[in-house]
Amino acid sequence: MGISDLLGGFADAITPVNLLFALLGVVLGTAVGVLPGIGPAMTVALLLPATYVLEPTSALIMFAGIYYGGMYGGSTTSILLNTPGESASIMTALEGNKMAKAGRGSAALATAAIGSFVAGTIATLLLALVAPALVQVAINVTTADYFALAVLAFVAVASVLGSSPLRGLASLCLGLYLGLVGTDVLTGQERFTLGVPQLSDGIDVVVVAVALFAVGESLYVASRLRKGSVQVIDHKGSWMTRQDLRRSWKPWLRGTALGFPFGVMPAGGAEIPTFLSYAAEKKLTKHPEEFGKGAIEGVAGPEAANNASAAGVLVPLLTLGIPTSATAAIILAAFQGYGIQPGPTLLTTEGPLVWALIASLFIGNAMLLVLNLPLVGLWVKLLRIPRPYLYAGILTFASLGSFAVNADPLDLVILMGLGLLGFAMRRFGWPVAPAVIGLILGPIAETNLRRALAISDGDLSVLVDSWFSRVVLLLALLALVGPVVLRVVRGRRATPTEVAQAQEEDREVQKAGDREGWGA
Amino acid sequence: MSVVVVGYVPHPRGRAALEHAVLEAHRRDALLVVVNSSRGDALVDEEFVRGDQLRALHDELAASGLRTEVRQPVRGRDVAEELSAVCTETGAELLVIGLKRRSAVGKLLMGSAAQRILLDVECPVLAVKGPPREG
Repeated sequence: MGISDLLGGFADAITPVNLLFALLGVVLGTAVGVLPGIGPAMTVALLLPATYVLEPTSALIMFAGIYYGGMYGGSTTSILLNTPGESASIMTALEGNKMAKAGRGSAALATAAIGSFVAGTIATLLLALVAPALVQVAINVTTADYFALAVLAFVAVASVLGSSPLRGLASLCLGLYLGLVGTDVLTGQERFTLGVPQLSDGIDVVVVAVALFAVGESLYVASRLRKGSVQVIDHKGSWMTRQDLRRSWKPWLRGTALGFPFGVMPAGGAEIPTFLSYAAEKKLTKHPEEFGKGAIEGVAGPEAANNASAAGVLVPLLTLGIPTSATAAIILAAFQGYGIQPGPTLLTTEGPLVWALIASLFIGNAMLLVLNLPLVGLWVKLLRIPRPYLYAGILTFASLGSFAVNADPLDLVILMGLGLLGFAMRRFGWPVAPAVIGLILGPIAETNLRRALAISDGDLSVLVDSWFSRVVLLLALLALVGPVVLRVVRGRRATPTEVAQAQEEDREVQKAGDREGWGA
Repeated sequence: MSVVVVGYVPHPRGRAALEHAVLEAHRRDALLVVVNSSRGDALVDEEFVRGDQLRALHDELAASGLRTEVRQPVRGRDVAEELSAVCTETGAELLVIGLKRRSAVGKLLMGSAAQRILLDVECPVLAVKGPPREG
């Protein structure tokens, strides 16, 4: 392990074909990051069927590029349009757009891009260091412990993402239910197949993910095609002055320090660390008068935090096989599609693949820096695509992809049915990410639970047998009960004005954000 | 009261059209209706005037000494339909538009708004070219 493995990974990742896929990934990722409503999760889901013919390494390198690229692209729209391309960029919009209006758009873009690069590189390095160490711990994890971890991930994702824990949990249960459809692996019994023979294999993850993200989002956009357009602010001024750099580097590092651990924890991705980073910079700045009027620290910190957490999310994914964001869940489905089961053994059985993936993150990061700064004008042009064309294209691609998986017309019916469900979820503010995580992680959690129970002869106490699972389950309980208790302690329900305000914020996020990437 | 309608876009060809429209409106002592429409289906439409550009346009029109009116319809219809609707509604005596040079292939791919306007609109149309090579 260690340096030699990483160098081996670089050797695999720098082949011309893999470089090409990395480039393709970051270009696509930036594009979907720039376009509001379309995020990395939807893109990876749409591309899944097309990539089954590729070598796993190339496909995963491309997906990683899309994942990172989405983080960069989001900041561009936040700064120039005040429309965050994804919810992790909301904080960037606060100060970044003010900077752009004050004629310092270029400096804001530069600090966002360079900060993302710095944070991404440090965080990937941390990933390379932490992953092997964590695998040592994870290898001793029992099936009961694993089930506890999955429960923690479920609860954290459901209660942190979205407008209310209840909606998050409902969405999670929906995903868990869809994951149940099919033949039970242990007993061979058919579950919820309604007598339809094609359903005995279960509903394909690709179909569900594409339906919930792509079809749901398309229908949602079609239902409220906002007339009118937003104004782009020219990016003016010098890219970065010496003073900008002096004021930026500390927020970059602090953002990284906040973002990475939050990504690692199953606490639902990049939003919380960006909020925290913004708050921290506001407190620590030497120029408090500039906050709210375009302070560069307020762009540098959150942007670094969201990229660092993107790398952090890969830690539980690669070492434990537990996805903590929608995109990570779909990447996990991709692993399964190649017959690779992510988990503690991944690093030993598929070492070269994982290290090539990590190496490609470094390469992708460098590519993104080069692609983003000089080509900002080009990315903004993407926003001039009339949305009917854009979403018609997405729908076509979604149908083609779903049909291609099994060449079965029934999949198209399921696609449309679940697409309507995805639309309804958006319409009523249910976050989509918990459903997808439930769908993909659910069967894995179930297998582990039943293995644990089989070993213990059905004795439920096995679930709280080790200290590890006790602590983890306790954390899960806290994540579930904490918000409710807090509300009771505060002694009141939210007032109607607050609800209206929260709904307004939700709409802002919906309008802009990629609800699929982070399920805002 | 006669009416002159002009289709305005914040490009050199739009400026050229506006200049000629102002001249024509003076000559005819007419109300000048400036139309700047957007189909409103893309997130960003750089041809839709707003903010500082809109203020500058209003200032310029005020300075011309004419009676003017600025309309910015966003109804999901394309520019030919909007202009034709405004011309019919106001009973315009003249429509002024700016022209852009297009290659044959570009025209094949994108279609030509100008051509549709020329064919659709009832009133006489004055087509003005922008300064060469600037669009």
